[in-house]
Amino acid sequence: MPEARCPGGELGAFIILSLVTLIPAVVVVTSGNIVRSALSLIPTFLGVTGLYILLHAEFVAGIQILIYAGAITVLILFVIMLTQGGSGVRIRQINEQVPLGAMAAVWLGFLILLVVFRTPWQIDATSVPQYNVSSVGTAFLTDYMLIFEVTSLVLLVSLIGAIIIARREE
Amino acid sequence: MTARDWLEEIGKAILLTVVVFTYLAVVTAMLGVYLERKISGWIQARLGPKHVGPQGLLQTIADTVKLLQKEHITPRQADVLIFNAAPVLVAVAGLLDWVVIPFGRLGDRVLIVRDLNIGVLYFAAMASLTVVGILAGGWSSNNKYALLGGLRSASQMLSYEIPLAMGILWVAMVAGTLSTVGIVQAQSINRWFLFQAFPFGFLAALIFLAAATAEVNRVPFDLPEAESELVAGYFAEYTGMRFALFQLGEYAEAFAMAAMATIMFLGGWLEPSLPAWLWLGLAFVAVVVVVLLIASPHMDAVDVPPPAPGSTTESVLESAPAGGPAQSPDYRIPHYDCTLMVAIARSSKPDARGPMPGG
Amino acid sequence: MPPNVVVDWLYVGVFAIVGTIMAALPLAVVWLLAPRADLPQKTLTYESGVIPFGQAWAQFNVRYYLFALIFVVFDVEVIYLYPWAVVFRRLSAFAFVEMLIFVLILLVGLAYAWRKGALEWV
Repeated sequence: MPEARCPGGELGAFIILSLVTLIPAVVVVTSGNIVRSALSLIPTFLGVTGLYILLHAEFVAGIQILIYAGAITVLILFVIMLTQGGSGVRIRQINEQVPLGAMAAVWLGFLILLVVFRTPWQIDATSVPQYNVSSVGTAFLTDYMLIFEVTSLVLLVSLIGAIIIARREE
Repeated sequence: MTARDWLEEIGKAILLTVVVFTYLAVVTAMLGVYLERKISGWIQARLGPKHVGPQGLLQTIADTVKLLQKEHITPRQADVLIFNAAPVLVAVAGLLDWVVIPFGRLGDRVLIVRDLNIGVLYFAAMASLTVVGILAGGWSSNNKYALLGGLRSASQMLSYEIPLAMGILWVAMVAGTLSTVGIVQAQSINRWFLFQAFPFGFLAALIFLAAATAEVNRVPFDLPEAESELVAGYFAEYTGMRFALFQLGEYAEAFAMAAMATIMFLGGWLEPSLPAWLWLGLAFVAVVVVVLLIASPHMDAVDVPPPAPGSTTESVLESAPAGGPAQSPDYRIPHYDCTLMVAIARSSKPDARGPMPGG
Repeated sequence: MPPNVVVDWLYVGVFAIVGTIMAALPLAVVWLLAPRADLPQKTLTYESGVIPFGQAWAQFNVRYYLFALIFVVFDVEVIYLYPWAVVFRRLSAFAFVEMLIFVLILLVGLAYAWRKGALEWV
C-alpha cells in the first residue's frame, strides 16, 4: 500500500492516545471507589485500541473493544457486585507496604527501560505489516494449526475451572 | 498525506458526526417513538398521539422540548459522576454503530461513513459497549429496581451476544469478508443471503433477528425492563434529558440492528427491480417493524385497574405490580407510557407522597 | 488516496469525541433552562413511594458472575471463528475439520456447564 507518512500527525496521535490510556489507568489504581476503578478501565482499553490502529492491526483492535472494553469490564463489574459487603464500600488502595512497592516498581521500570534501549529495533517505515483478518485466519488454519487447537483446550479448562470455583462459592 | 489532508479528513469526520447524530435524533428517536406509539395504537384500536401537529406528527418534538425543561434529579445516594456519564456512553455507543452502515448509493459512491475492513466485527463490538453503559447506569442510581434491572439487562445482552455473532458469522462465511459494503456486493453476485443455501440463510436470519431483539431489550425480551415489577429497569431514577439519552441510544441501536439485518440478509441497496434508495428504505422499514413492533403492543401491555377517585399517579403505579386479573381490560398502558408515568411520578413525588410517617 | 486503516479509524475516533460532546450538549441546555428546586424528599431513592431502606449496593448472586465468565469464554471462541469464517472458502476441507474439532472441544465445556446447572436462570 503506497502511502505517504505524516510523522508529526502520528506522533501527535500517539501522545494523545497514550494520555487517554494512562490517565484513567492512574485512576484505576488510586480511586477509592472500586466501581469507578473498573469503569475507568474502559477509556484505558479504548486508548490501547487506538495504539493498535496506529500499528495497522485492525483485527486486534476489534478484539480489544469486543473482549476487553465490552466483556471483561462487565465481568469485573459482576465480580465487584459479588463481593462481601457490596460495591458501595470505600477502599484504600495504598497500605503500609508503599516503600517496598515503590522500590519494586522502580526496579521493574528500570529493567523494562534496559530492555527497550538494548534491543536493536528494526525501524523501517516502508514495511507496514498487512495484518488483515484473512491472513490471520490462514495462519491459524495452516502454520499454527496445533496451537490453534490447543487454544480451545485452554478455553475448555478455564471454563470448567471457573464453574468449579463458582460452585464452591455458592 | 500531508498535515492539510489530515485536517481535511478531521473536518469531514466532524461534519459527518453532526449529520449522523442529527439523523439519529430526528429520524430514529423522534420518528421511531412516534411510529411506535401510533402503530401500537392502531393495533390496540386506540388512536395514538393525534393532537400536536397533523396526525400528532409533532408529538415527539413537543415531548423533547418538554424533556429539555425538566429538572435533572440526581438521587442523593447515587454516584453522581457515573450517573451522568452512563447515558452519554449508551448514546455514543448507539451512534458509533452507524459508522459502518451504508445508507445507499449516490452515483458510483456508496453512502457510508467509513467502510471498515472489520465492519461487522466492529458492529458487534459497539453493541457490547452498550452493556457497560447500562450496567453503570443501573448501578450508579443506587436504587434496587435500577440495579436489578441493570444486572438483568446486562446478563441478557451478554447471553444473546453470542447468537448475534453466530448470525453475523454465517454471513461472513458466505460473503468471505467482514466489510459491510463487501457483504452487500457479494449479494449482488449471488442472491440474497436470506435464500442462500436454503434453509441455513433463513436460520441465520432468524437467529440474528431474535438475538438483535433481545440485545435491544425489546418485547418479548423485555424482562429487564419488566415495568410491572422493576418500574422501568435500569433507568428508573433518570429524569428529563438523561432519560431521553438512554432512549436515543436504545433506538439508535435498534435501528442499527434493523439496518444490519437489511444489509446482511436482504441485499442492502442492491436490489435490481427497484431504485436503490426505495428498496433500502422499504426493506429497512420492514425489519424495523418486525424488530420494534410486531407482537409488542399486545404482549407489552400491563393491565392496571382504573384509578380510584382521588388516587395519585404513584398509587396507580403501585397497584400495577399485583399481576392479578385486570378489572377493566380497556385500561391498558403500553410500556413507554408506563416509563413516562414513572418520570411523571418522580417529578411529582413530594406532593404525591402524602402524609409521611413521623413527618 | 488509498484506503487507509488509520484514516478509517480516525473517523471512528472523531465520532466518539464529537458524539460525546453532542450527547452532553442537551444536558448543558437543561442546566440552563430547567428549574432547580432542592427538596429533601425529591432526591430520595425511588422505592414506589415508600421511605427507602438501606442501600442498593449489596452483595449479589454468584450466578451473574458465572454467566459473565461463560460468556467471556464463548466470546473468545467467537473471536477465533471470525478469521476462519472469512477464509474458509479459500482453504481445503481440512480447515473445516479443524474448526469442527475446535468447536467440539468447546461444546464439551458447554455440556459440562449445562450439566452443572450453570446455565440455569433462577
